[in-house]
Amino acid sequence: MGSIIVAKRVSKSFGKKEVLSNINLTVKEGEIYGLIGPSGSGKTTLVKILVGMDSDFQGEVEVLGAAMPNMNVLSKIGYMAQSDALYPELTGEENLQFFASLYKLKKEERKQRIAYAADLVKLTPHLSKKVMAYSGGMKRRLSLAIALIHNPQILVLDEPTVGIDPELRLSIWHELSRLKNEGKTIVVTTHVMDEAEKCDRLAMVRDGKIITGGSPSELKNQYAVNHLEEVFVKAGGKNI
Amino acid sequence: MRTIAVVRRIFQQMLRDKRTLALMFVAPLLILTLFHFLFTSNTAENPKLGVANADDALVKQLKDKDITVITYERVGNAKKTIVDDQLDGFMQIKGEGIQLTFENSDPSKTKALQIKIQQVIAAQSAKKQASIMKEWIQHLQKTLNAPKIKMEQVSSPKMHIAYVYGNKDTSFFDVLSPVLVGFFVFFFVFLISGIALLRERTTGTLERLMATPIRRSDIVFGYLLGYGLFAVIQTVIVVFFAVKVLDIMLVGSLWHVIIINLLLALVALSLGILLSAFANSEFQMMQFIPIVIIPQVFFAGILPVEGMANWLQMIAKAMPMYYGGDALKSVMYKGVGLGDIRMDLFVLFGFALLFITLNVFALKKYRKI
Repeated sequence: MGSIIVAKRVSKSFGKKEVLSNINLTVKEGEIYGLIGPSGSGKTTLVKILVGMDSDFQGEVEVLGAAMPNMNVLSKIGYMAQSDALYPELTGEENLQFFASLYKLKKEERKQRIAYAADLVKLTPHLSKKVMAYSGGMKRRLSLAIALIHNPQILVLDEPTVGIDPELRLSIWHELSRLKNEGKTIVVTTHVMDEAEKCDRLAMVRDGKIITGGSPSELKNQYAVNHLEEVFVKAGGKNI
Repeated sequence: MRTIAVVRRIFQQMLRDKRTLALMFVAPLLILTLFHFLFTSNTAENPKLGVANADDALVKQLKDKDITVITYERVGNAKKTIVDDQLDGFMQIKGEGIQLTFENSDPSKTKALQIKIQQVIAAQSAKKQASIMKEWIQHLQKTLNAPKIKMEQVSSPKMHIAYVYGNKDTSFFDVLSPVLVGFFVFFFVFLISGIALLRERTTGTLERLMATPIRRSDIVFGYLLGYGLFAVIQTVIVVFFAVKVLDIMLVGSLWHVIIINLLLALVALSLGILLSAFANSEFQMMQFIPIVIIPQVFFAGILPVEGMANWLQMIAKAMPMYYGGDALKSVMYKGVGLGDIRMDLFVLFGFALLFITLNVFALKKYRKI
């Protein structure tokens, strides 16, 4: 299995405040890689750097062997932002179509992908509604559908399941493992520990640093605890 | 083509937003119509002049000059009479002298009234002079017992007036309207395009786009084309309305007017998009109006730039509307061809090019390519 995403010594500051310090991580082909940490820990900033949306940082990031941002690589990444970046005046379908038309897809394939992605997130009956009439959960689902629209090799999902009901959350995770089995590489950020259990490998992020990493079972063995939450507490070195 | 995808999306958004469409297409027509009636339907009342101790001949002549004359037997306080009786002025003949008092809440009205009175008095005294002369000659003839000669009446020479530009019916609005047409196109295009890209920034979609393989230039050109097409429609509507419905004077070619306005729209579009990079909210975008838009009005040719202080003229030359206003005035009022306004057009094009380039750079804060 090759390395899909490699980050070396990545640091970033906003003014004087350092939000990421010396991050090293490697995401391997065909795995679900989880970035776990509380809000404000720097997960979103890190993810933006990985997908090339932010190039104002120190260190190196390579995706598929190319330095980011790279147009060719960008067309192989599906990204779901933490805040839903949608066009509220447009319908769900028009949003999907717009993002689909930014990728090189044949007309027939585009149609298929839109139908597939909408069905996956259970939005097919709501496609003709304007996004401004969507609920928070529906917007999350549409964002996820947009991330999948061009059948990307790499999926980067920033808090994909916030505001989504448990049933749909399960089906989304089910779909993520199906995509993984197809050979796709998935990076997911979350602050929900039971979602972290579903990742192949984890990096725990706190205050802009990766405090520990490994597979869920490795981590639990290493820290001799039963829950990932306790790993987080122990690795963070904070006493309760 | 990703640019086309952006253009199509802008069209979808604009067509959904009926109010913005109305603002772009109807608001300029409304304001232009209002201006038109404000400046052309001049139903100014005759000025009211109070007169004391004047002879009937003088009063008649004043009346002939469209002055409403109210004769007073005697006056106490002229100022008080003016205020009490709502007069525009008061004239008292005191022996050889004349005492004029004006109400003067509207200086331009005062000037006009004063000129009329002066004309009447000048004519009056010329007439008096002539009659004195006549009497004197007759007296001379009588004493010398010379044959009677016929006195020739001097008739005042007939004046023929010609104008290089415009005609006797030209009003201030005819000079003002070319500038107004250009300014409305400039203003509304600036506002709408600027706020549109701003919203893309604040809702996070612009950042989101950076995670797709779209180029910065695709976004800038998508916006230019998308809103540009609406600007074209707006320009054509405004220009046709001004010329065909309001009957604004247009000596030159209609197409030249459209070309100038399109260039102005392009400048406004690129400037609006550029300035939106420096605003964090719609409110902050509005703050550019007094800083960037209002000064353009001052230097657009409504006030004559040639008469300004040197440093003000320098400022004028940094304003796109200065060139737009000049070109529009030249074509619509003076009727010159494209050759005579090519400098204006070049400069406008230069502004647009500069702003477009800066736009592509301004997006660099999102991504390097």
